[in-house]
Amino acid sequence: MSLITFDPARVPTFQVAAKSLLGDTQMRKNVRHATNVIQNKRAIVVNEMPDWQQLRESGRQIKEHTLLHLDFYLQQFEENCTAAGGVVHWARDAAEARQIVIDLVKQSGSQEVIKIKSMTTEEISLNKGLEANGIHAYETDLAELIIQMGNDLPSHIVVPALHKNRQQIREIFKREMNLPNLGDQPADLAEAARTFLREKFLRVKTGVSGANFLIAETGGVCVVESEGNGRMCLTLPETLITIAGVEKVIPRYQDLEVFAQLLPRSATGERMNPYTSIWTGVHPTDGPRKFHIILMDNARTKILADEESRQTLACIRCGACQNICPVYRQTGGHAYGSVYAGPIGAILTPQLQEMHSGQSLPYASSLCGACYEVCPVKINIPEVLIHLRHKVVEQDTQGFGALNPEALAMKAMAMLFMSESRFRAAQRMGRMAERPLVNKAGWVTWLPGLLGGWTQVRDLHEMPKQTFREWFEQRGSKDGK
Amino acid sequence: MKVSLFITCYNDTLFPGTGKSVVQVLERLGHTVVFPAGQTCCGQMHWNTGYQEEALPLVSRFVSQFKDAEAVVIPSSSCVAMMREHYVKMAVQTGDKQLLADVESLLPRVWEFSEFLTKKLGLTDVGAYFPHRVTYHASCHGLRSLELGDGPATLLRNVRGIQLVELKGLEQCCGFGGTFAVKNAEVSSAMLGEKVQAILNTQAEMCTACDNSCLMHIEGALHRQRTGVKTIHLAEVLAGSEGDAQ
Repeated sequence: MSLITFDPARVPTFQVAAKSLLGDTQMRKNVRHATNVIQNKRAIVVNEMPDWQQLRESGRQIKEHTLLHLDFYLQQFEENCTAAGGVVHWARDAAEARQIVIDLVKQSGSQEVIKIKSMTTEEISLNKGLEANGIHAYETDLAELIIQMGNDLPSHIVVPALHKNRQQIREIFKREMNLPNLGDQPADLAEAARTFLREKFLRVKTGVSGANFLIAETGGVCVVESEGNGRMCLTLPETLITIAGVEKVIPRYQDLEVFAQLLPRSATGERMNPYTSIWTGVHPTDGPRKFHIILMDNARTKILADEESRQTLACIRCGACQNICPVYRQTGGHAYGSVYAGPIGAILTPQLQEMHSGQSLPYASSLCGACYEVCPVKINIPEVLIHLRHKVVEQDTQGFGALNPEALAMKAMAMLFMSESRFRAAQRMGRMAERPLVNKAGWVTWLPGLLGGWTQVRDLHEMPKQTFREWFEQRGSKDGK
Repeated sequence: MKVSLFITCYNDTLFPGTGKSVVQVLERLGHTVVFPAGQTCCGQMHWNTGYQEEALPLVSRFVSQFKDAEAVVIPSSSCVAMMREHYVKMAVQTGDKQLLADVESLLPRVWEFSEFLTKKLGLTDVGAYFPHRVTYHASCHGLRSLELGDGPATLLRNVRGIQLVELKGLEQCCGFGGTFAVKNAEVSSAMLGEKVQAILNTQAEMCTACDNSCLMHIEGALHRQRTGVKTIHLAEVLAGSEGDAQ
């Protein structure tokens, strides 16, 4: 069980969480293995596409266009979905969205729901909200089921139980499903989950889902999944309740062509997604009798208003940035203290939570740019990280904050860089100041304060006796140049 | 050609040898090197850490020093990336239209050192001699922002006497990331550990790169672990000549 919480009020900083998680060697091994497998599969199916860069650009443009006309497309979606027999609800924030779902489930007369894997419902802690109202939610995605039964938290957008291996999963299933003789082969685990879930699919009358795409032109909703369990939840219940962030809308049915190529190749390294379900309202002879969809804002329009970071909303939740990220690959997802981990989490979470608990996240990156390179919709994550770092600095340097050691050091450095003579003096002073720290062999092995992080595992060679500019000037006079 | 050298603040202070080698290589190729004395820092550390107001004046400082240069050469891929990716936006933020025009006119004349040799001068062989087993680390900014590609490795392959060994996981960050290395020291160390292991696996005597910031980071661990493996900037490899050999 994870010790990490995702409660914004209690979540530790990334630095603190990462430090403790780095000690979990089994988890790190699991994350390394899983991300390697997905990354390699992705590389093969992406490299075989001659038009991959054009597809990425198309994806980016469709998303950008939609975001700039979001009001228009959302209304168009509402109109068309309503005309097809769906009921559209609007939620300003997580609390409103939860309450709408709770009320709808109560109206349906059910005390249980079956759920499709949905990051949006994770974002609003829907299961807890339902539980508090006497409604039990069964997760039906295999990985989400593992998380739920293990009383754990998701660590990846696409593969939420990526931090667990087969043996650990067997232990959870053995305990929770009362199967003392369960094997640890994939077939054993899948069979156990199938037996457990089939009964729920057939019995529970209300389904809850998220959405990958909302199609404005038709009022249709699209869910992309791998197991087919999602399709059970979409077709068997009498009532279906879908929750989607407002950024999920796309203009036309035809636009799916682009995303149906980008998403599976980026997310799971598959050429074609196994189960792609699209439904439009309700039909008298087929599927749920009642369909409700909740269009949720929850800080998205605030992000949209920020020109520099609005590209965050283009994310199609493929997780490619997580698999490639050298930071995520070391710490796993829980260090990010949010259902959205990795590079996309480092930019999304601070914006969803108004920069409170997420303040450390924009710094949870070496800005290596691997995330930007693999992003199927070309979100320039490093650029947004730097933008958010600026916001953090603005917050942290207000009032007495201007006196924090980092801010003072940065101000002092800036002063030096603005004058040649001050810079030269600082170079000379630096050589003198570091002298007590330099050992006989010419190395610094311990540094004080903020810089102590460096010398935990690294040495630093002493400053040379002569700077480059001193050498260049000396040489110039010698050569008479 | 008259080449204006922007040495960068940390090369100036901590790695003067790199600057000397840049001068040596360019002069050997028949170019003249000038060093505008008012230069200091590109502003990368401030900008990337979130101190934008502090970084902005450094744009106009750089422009004032190099505005009329025929070519600006910088032996640091991350500083060049800083300029290419952010200087236009920063100039816009200052509201100074003249500065923006100057930045836009200057940027196409700004080159990372290896890129100046391969793309501007069209060279693949600079006549160097360096009889050592060397591996090359592609710094993230050189790889992704500047798209240096095979350029640096081509220059290295044509060095006489060199034994160039390929580094596995070339596209992987060493974990430096500027202030990341101290703000998230533990994660940075874990990333560095992987990089160091990959370098040791090559059994190279030295690891080279186009950026001393990565090399300083890597060197720190190579020295702490007493591996005996050294780091060396690409310019210093290319400066090697038959005359140096004893």
